[in-house]
This record gives sequence, C-alpha cells and structure tokens, in this order.
Amino acid sequence: MPNMTPKKTPMPEQAPKVRNKNFEEVTLGYTDEMALQEAQRCLNCKHKPCVSGCPVNVPIPEFIHRVAEGDLEGAYRTIKSTNSLPAVCGRVCPQERQCESKCVRSIKGDSVGIGRLERYVADWFMEHGKAEEAKPKPNGHKVAVLGSGPSGLTCAGDLAKLGYEVTVFEALHSPGGVLMYGIPEFRLPKKIVQKEIDQLRQMGVTIDTDMVIGKVLSVDELFELGYEALYVGTGAGLPRFMNIPGEGLLGVYSANEFLTRINLMKAYLDDYDTPIIKPRRVAVIGGGNVAMDAARCAKRLGAEEVSILYRRSEAEMPARNEEIHHAKEEGITFRLLNNPVQILGDEQGNVNQIECVEMELGEPDASGRRSPKEKEGSNFRLDVDCVVVAIGNSPNPLIRSTTHGIEANQRGCLIVDDDTLQTTRQGVYAGGDAVTGAATVILAMGAGKHAARSIDEFIQSKQK
Amino acid sequence: MFRIVEKEALNPSVSKMVIEAPFIAKKAKAGQFIILRVNEHGERIPLTIADYDREQGTVTIIYQKVGKTTMLLDQLKENDALLDFIGPLGKASELEGYRKAAVIGGGAGCAIAYPQAKALHGMGIPVDVIAGFRSKDLIILEEEMKAVSHRLTVMTDDGSNGNKGFVTDALRDNIQAGADYDLVVAIGPIPMMRAVCDLTRDYQIKTIVSMNPIMIDGTGMCGGCRLTVGGKTKFACVDGPDFDGHEVDFDEAMKRLRIYKDEEQREAREENCRLMRGAEHA
Repeated sequence: MPNMTPKKTPMPEQAPKVRNKNFEEVTLGYTDEMALQEAQRCLNCKHKPCVSGCPVNVPIPEFIHRVAEGDLEGAYRTIKSTNSLPAVCGRVCPQERQCESKCVRSIKGDSVGIGRLERYVADWFMEHGKAEEAKPKPNGHKVAVLGSGPSGLTCAGDLAKLGYEVTVFEALHSPGGVLMYGIPEFRLPKKIVQKEIDQLRQMGVTIDTDMVIGKVLSVDELFELGYEALYVGTGAGLPRFMNIPGEGLLGVYSANEFLTRINLMKAYLDDYDTPIIKPRRVAVIGGGNVAMDAARCAKRLGAEEVSILYRRSEAEMPARNEEIHHAKEEGITFRLLNNPVQILGDEQGNVNQIECVEMELGEPDASGRRSPKEKEGSNFRLDVDCVVVAIGNSPNPLIRSTTHGIEANQRGCLIVDDDTLQTTRQGVYAGGDAVTGAATVILAMGAGKHAARSIDEFIQSKQK
Repeated sequence: MFRIVEKEALNPSVSKMVIEAPFIAKKAKAGQFIILRVNEHGERIPLTIADYDREQGTVTIIYQKVGKTTMLLDQLKENDALLDFIGPLGKASELEGYRKAAVIGGGAGCAIAYPQAKALHGMGIPVDVIAGFRSKDLIILEEEMKAVSHRLTVMTDDGSNGNKGFVTDALRDNIQAGADYDLVVAIGPIPMMRAVCDLTRDYQIKTIVSMNPIMIDGTGMCGGCRLTVGGKTKFACVDGPDFDGHEVDFDEAMKRLRIYKDEEQREAREENCRLMRGAEHA
C-alpha cells in the first residue's frame, strides 16, 4: 500500500544561520527511514512519465521500487545502468523541471522526491557498496575525450565499458570541470566528485591533467597518436561581461573567477595561498544557479550584505527552485527587475558603487520569457565593494580556433549532426555546453552518452 | 610532475630554471607563457617562456622572487619537481615582416625580451637590444642578449655600470641618431612599457608590449586577466599576452595588478619569516 501523504519527506539541512558561515554541505541526505517512507510514495506507474523527463532515462520506478524493498545495491545498479554520476545528479539536477515535473503525484501535492532518493542510493553505495565490476575486456581501439566535466566523464565511462582505451585530457590541474571549479562544496562536496572520478580510473580510463588541447597537442596530432575518434566536451568556459563602464575595476569578478578561486583553489581555507577579496557588500548580477552559488559563497566569506541583481522577475529566474529558496533562507537580498548600467570606483580603482535602472516586463521574447524594459529616470546607486558578473558563458574557442574543419555557429557553439553529435569534421564528436551554450550537468551527460554510442558505431563500422 | 633539470641564480633576486616538459618544448614559441603550481595548496602563476630546447625536451623559465609562490619556487633544487606546468599558452609573438627592430627589456622583463630578440635575430632582422636595470649587480643575460643583437645598450638607474639613465633615454638617442626602427618590442614593468610607448607614439613606430596580469587558468575561463585595448576588453591569456602598446590602457592594467598587494605582501613576509626560522634551525 503506497504512502499517500501529499508532502515530500523533508530532507534534513543545516540551519540557515549556521550554514551561511561554513562551506559544509547544506542538505544532509535522507536517513534509511526517510528514504523508505519517500520510496513508498511512488505509485510505480506503468507508463513511467518520470523516465521521459530524464535526459538519460534513468529507470526511475524500478530503482525506487528496489529502495522500498530494501535492495539498495540493486537500486544503485539500476540507476547506474544509464547514469554514470548518480551522486552528482541527485544533488544538482533541476528535478522540478525534469523527472519530478512529470510525476503523477505532483498533480495533487508534491512529486516523489526522486532526486533525494537518487542521492540517498548513491551515497549509500559509496559507503557500503561492493566494488564496481571488473575492467572490461579491451577492444583495441583508442578514443580521446577533451574536457573532464560531466559530459566528458560520462562519454569516457560509457566508452570504457565497451572496452575502449580512453584518455581524458583536462586543461586544469584537477579533473571534474565545472563540478570542481564551478559548483561549490556546500552544494556538491568535492570528495563525491573525486570518488566518481576514481571509479572511472578503476575502469581503466586515463585522465591526463595540465593538458590544454589545441595548444600542447592539436586535434590532428591526437589522430596521429592513434586515437580513432575524439569527443569535445570542453564546456562553456568563456565568461560574458555586460560591457558597461567600470567592469575593469578592482573587486569586479566574473563568476568563473570568483567561484574558481573559492572552489578549485580553496581561497576560503587559510592553508591555501589563493587570494580573494574579503567583501562586505556584494552585488551578484544574474539569476541562474551560478549567480546563486556566487551569492551564497560571498555570504560564507563573511559579507554583511549580498544582493542578487536580476533584470527580470523571480518567475523568469533560470536557477533551481531549491537554490533560490536556500539563498533566501541564508539572507541573500533579491533585488529583482533591476539592471546595472555602470560600476563606479574610487581613486585607487576599487569598486564602491553600482548604478542600476529599474525594469518592467513586456512581451515574451524568443526564449519565451517576458522581456524587460528600462523605466526611464529610475536610476539608483548601491554601495558595494565587490561585484560578481554571473550573466552566462560562451563556449571556449580554443579547440575550434586551432583545428581545421570544426565549425561553429554565430554564438560560438560547435555545429553537430543531431543524430550522431559528429562535428563538421569526421571522427570528431562534441556535446554538452560546447554545443548548446551554458546548460545543465544532466544535459551535458546525456550528450556524452549519446556521443559514446555514435563513436562506437563509427569505429565499429570502419572495421567492416 | 615536471623535473627541474637545471637551476641558476642570475642575480640576488632573479633565477633561471630549466624544466623537463617535452610536449610543451615541442610547441613553444617566443612570446608564449606557461602556468605553474609548486604544491597542492599553492597558487597558479603565469611565467613567460624564456627559452626552450625541442631536442632536450626542456623549457626555461626566469622568475623574480616577489611573492610567496616565487619564494616557494625558489626553494626547489635541481631534480626536484614542479607539481603542475601547463602550456604553451597565449599567442606567439607576431614578428614577421619588419625591417629593423629595437627590443627593450626592463629588469626581469629581459628574460622575456631576450627570446623576442633571439627570434627576430633568427629571422635575419637587425635588432638593437636596450636593457635597463636598477644597478650593475642586477644585470642579467648580458652575454645572451649581446649574442642576438646588432647593438646592446645596458642602462642602469644609478649609473653603477657607467651608463646612467632609463631605457627610454637610450631609445631616444638611437632614434635621433637615425636608427629607423619599424618595430619596438618593450617588456618590463608597466611604467617602463608606458614610457616607451609614449616615446614611440611620437615617432609613429609600431610597439608591441607583453602584458603579465593576474590570471588563474590561462585558457580564457576566468577573465581575471582582462585589460582594455583600443577601448575593447581583451583577455591577456588568449588574445595576448602581446598587444599593440599604443592601444593598451596601462593605468587600468597597473591598478588591476595591485588587487592582492596587501595580502601578497603579508604572505611573502610570513614566508620570509618561516624560511628564516628554518635557516636558524638548520
């Protein structure tokens, strides 16, 4: 008999006033009892609407059924059959727009807590699970993956399972991409990312850090080294600025720089050498997850006042509901329908104010969101000593600008064939943010899986 | 890990290291840089490639001990290893198509000016090198620069080498004596590069400067190295590090370099204290 409570089992969390002063994980995960209780809310629908909402089609009712039966090992294998990074996805996927949005239970009440259960199962496995299956039998073919973010890791994992000898090239000194440099510790503990990467290594995947492909080795040279196909999962790593006066002032950061200093380079820990401004009053510009992450990091660095400046209203914010909710709880001020027009500084070049103009919403634009218009004469200034620009990223041009035959569209996104994800150059595949522009972890993973299938078909068909 | 094949102190504050990095050595070109990290808790710092040997598979860096990271770096000895060594990053200098060049180095900037002079010399373009130092005992790379230049002028601020003055004085003298340069390359502290650009602007001589701002990844990801060039925002790591000196907003670049000065000086002081204590115990 299913549990018919309309409410999702709440997840224990650190209290807002405690957690906004530390970098430890905000949400603490379900206990066994909570997980069982939540698993029993699943109706195990025959038509499985939730699965259609998942970019990698995790067999959701099956794994939840196993949780309800107490078979956690089986539940983990079920998730892992299509999702190579469950502990990550359980934490950072926008479930409310994917699987959970299709859940029958959400018609009358809350959806089943699919993400929370996925995280519970993955965390259980990391603690108690048996080692992964042995190394697959090598098939004698080499594939190179460029970029070790969620897309590249997924592609590498799927190819390794098929017996390919996979080398992942990473430009930074640690693998993980945005999972390491972008998403903060309090949302995605780095030891979890590390464990997922260790599992890939156990499967025989080689990860070469400090390798900037396009500079140290070209795509052509990789083919000469015997790699038969390439997957470009280099993400959207080129920060956009607003091109307003004052963006060169001291204390103005791109979200990438601010978050990388904190997450990858651990500027918040005393025993690391990484410098960062210790801000008092911070304005974060943007309304996505990255803006929420930056604002919550600023608070944790000790800032007294942190504001989100967003030019539309909350309804248009691209951030996950949970992040917006958590940010508000932690004391972040939301200044909506405001658009920065200039940043001002003192004589030494330090930021001291930001000038905004109020906005109102007009007709929906191409993205379907109502487009904001300036209210004339509504300019006002806020005192700030730090500004973080989190208005998005474009794909990094390093690979295409150094490689013959790989084409991109006007926005710098690589052009790929929809069916195969092959770029305009044979044997070179691409996916994730490098193709779509900045999107989500799970979509990037979906593309990595898709490309792995195409690469396998491409190499196998060459043999015939 | 990247082994230190050779280490040599060039003057009391500037040292040279030859690093085993065969992939980078194979690709390196004049004007490009590397990023290194000494240890797990350390910073990533950019250093311009001073030289490379494709056959030996080595890359040479020259650094001045100015902050904690360069002090830590200087603690390493031959056969120790660097944790990370990434490159070659940035665009190579575009030196083709010139008739006669002056290459100007200021202090440790000579480490970067030298490969540019060497590259021009190798292309058969006559090069005058003008190098400036605070005093005689800080002069580095004199023999090397001499070997790749038509004429080498070494200036000292205090005149201790018998040639008192700034690099701009020597450059102006050469130009007025009819040197007829169509390219000036200026590398060193920002005030020096700015002074050179102010001079060459009057004579309408194309001037390339090499910018060395704060950066993290060196691949365009962080945007920390942004500068204003010709009114547009550029990233030194991917659009540079060489830029047209007449277009660079040096004021802004100088301010941006100072962002962590207080924290850096405190850390460097602490590191100095720690090293001194270590020396006492040894």
